[in-house]
Amino acid sequence: MTTMANKRDYSLVGESTRRAIEIGLASAEWYHTDVVRKTMKELMQRSDGPAIRDTIIWIAAILGSAAGIVWFWGTWWVVPFLLVYGVLYGSSSDSRWHECGHGTAFRTRWMNDVVYHIASFMLMRNPVQWRWSHARHHTDTIIVGRDAEIAVMRPPDLLKAALAFTGILDFRYSLPTLVRQAFGRLSDDEKSYIPEMEQRKAVASARWHMIVYVATIAAAIALKSWIPLVLIGLPRLYGTWHMVTTGLLQHIGLADNVIDHRLNTRTVYMNPISRFIYWNMNYHVEHHMFPMVPYHALPKLHELIKHDLPVPNPSMWHAYREVWPVLIRQLKYEDFYLKRELPPTAKPYRGEFHDLEITAAAAE
Amino acid sequence: MAEWVEACAVDDVDEEDVIRFDHGDCSFAIYRSPDDEFFATDGFCTHEKTHLADGLVMDDIIECPKHNGRFNYKTGQAKGAPVCVNLKTYPVKVDAGKVMIEIG
Repeated sequence: MTTMANKRDYSLVGESTRRAIEIGLASAEWYHTDVVRKTMKELMQRSDGPAIRDTIIWIAAILGSAAGIVWFWGTWWVVPFLLVYGVLYGSSSDSRWHECGHGTAFRTRWMNDVVYHIASFMLMRNPVQWRWSHARHHTDTIIVGRDAEIAVMRPPDLLKAALAFTGILDFRYSLPTLVRQAFGRLSDDEKSYIPEMEQRKAVASARWHMIVYVATIAAAIALKSWIPLVLIGLPRLYGTWHMVTTGLLQHIGLADNVIDHRLNTRTVYMNPISRFIYWNMNYHVEHHMFPMVPYHALPKLHELIKHDLPVPNPSMWHAYREVWPVLIRQLKYEDFYLKRELPPTAKPYRGEFHDLEITAAAAE
Repeated sequence: MAEWVEACAVDDVDEEDVIRFDHGDCSFAIYRSPDDEFFATDGFCTHEKTHLADGLVMDDIIECPKHNGRFNYKTGQAKGAPVCVNLKTYPVKVDAGKVMIEIG
């Protein structure tokens, strides 16, 4: 880790940005576990089958639970349907957005694009903006001043992290952002990673999203019913908790400003339901190292390279128990982080940028 | 001045695959299409400096291993975000079992 003498500046156009570029942390060459080309080619192969199957199940479950909400509205029987619908809409859409954004879920491009746009809408994410922010996240994963998707900044704001499970903060950020973009205004940070030729598309996308939300509000008023809003928009509040529970674990408490995903990214074993909702993104070190490998091949990739990675957390509960004391420590000493030990079979962490300082910071 | 340079042997590249070829300060990607034709482009993605030879060839598309940007490797055409700039292509010929590319 490159220990920061000054407080971290998470803007994408500030002092940390300048420093990351200056010392070569931006667009750096990252560590990869060696995998023979023939094997990697097999793992990267695209197929429509698994994603079509999963998407049919996903859409059927969404429509079924939505029908349950409408049918049982006004009774307590609506609660389990809200729970299921909320998680499918507000959480599983994140993994669909993610995989289809990479273009790896389906072999057929248009299928990736259709699901990507639907999932982006469900998440209140501008599909153009977020495609570019995610590209940056993969170029400069948890590089302060470069990565636009650092979920928990240092020192950690624990109240903010807790509120994230309710979706309130994300909602408060996402909706005004879409409104601002719909009026044609992109922030300096957004302009720093969305190429100029794509900025008009970002504005157009925000306008389409707003049209649907306005139509939904109009329907709610016309029908004198909350149901349209409960089905469109509000699940971003009441169904986000699973996305946050799984997603926070991707990088929280681990190193920043390093160029080895084994240091800043976490793989966690999860139950099959969460893995369906999350589309296997619990194999997150593997995903960052080899983003070309589709979600359905990640378990195979994990088996192939786990000798070179830190031992995964056996459960989400285990991972949160491990990270909690780290966050508490970061409140006073923001350079502190969790350094995960490598097995004896692994190649050591690379030292160009962080070897000496990482040892010192983790040991303190 | 353009010159023909030997990049690799025909058998060095599998069908529907790509390999890297470095020459001087430049890096190239040599492709073998599913219909057994050879093509050559610049070796790095135009989005960020990533070797395309680590990517995936599907039909006439090369997908960058870093951000999944796609190009038509036969024409160099960028196929959409996050790649916006076309890839430079080079003439290729096969001569006595060797793949030659014209550089310059």
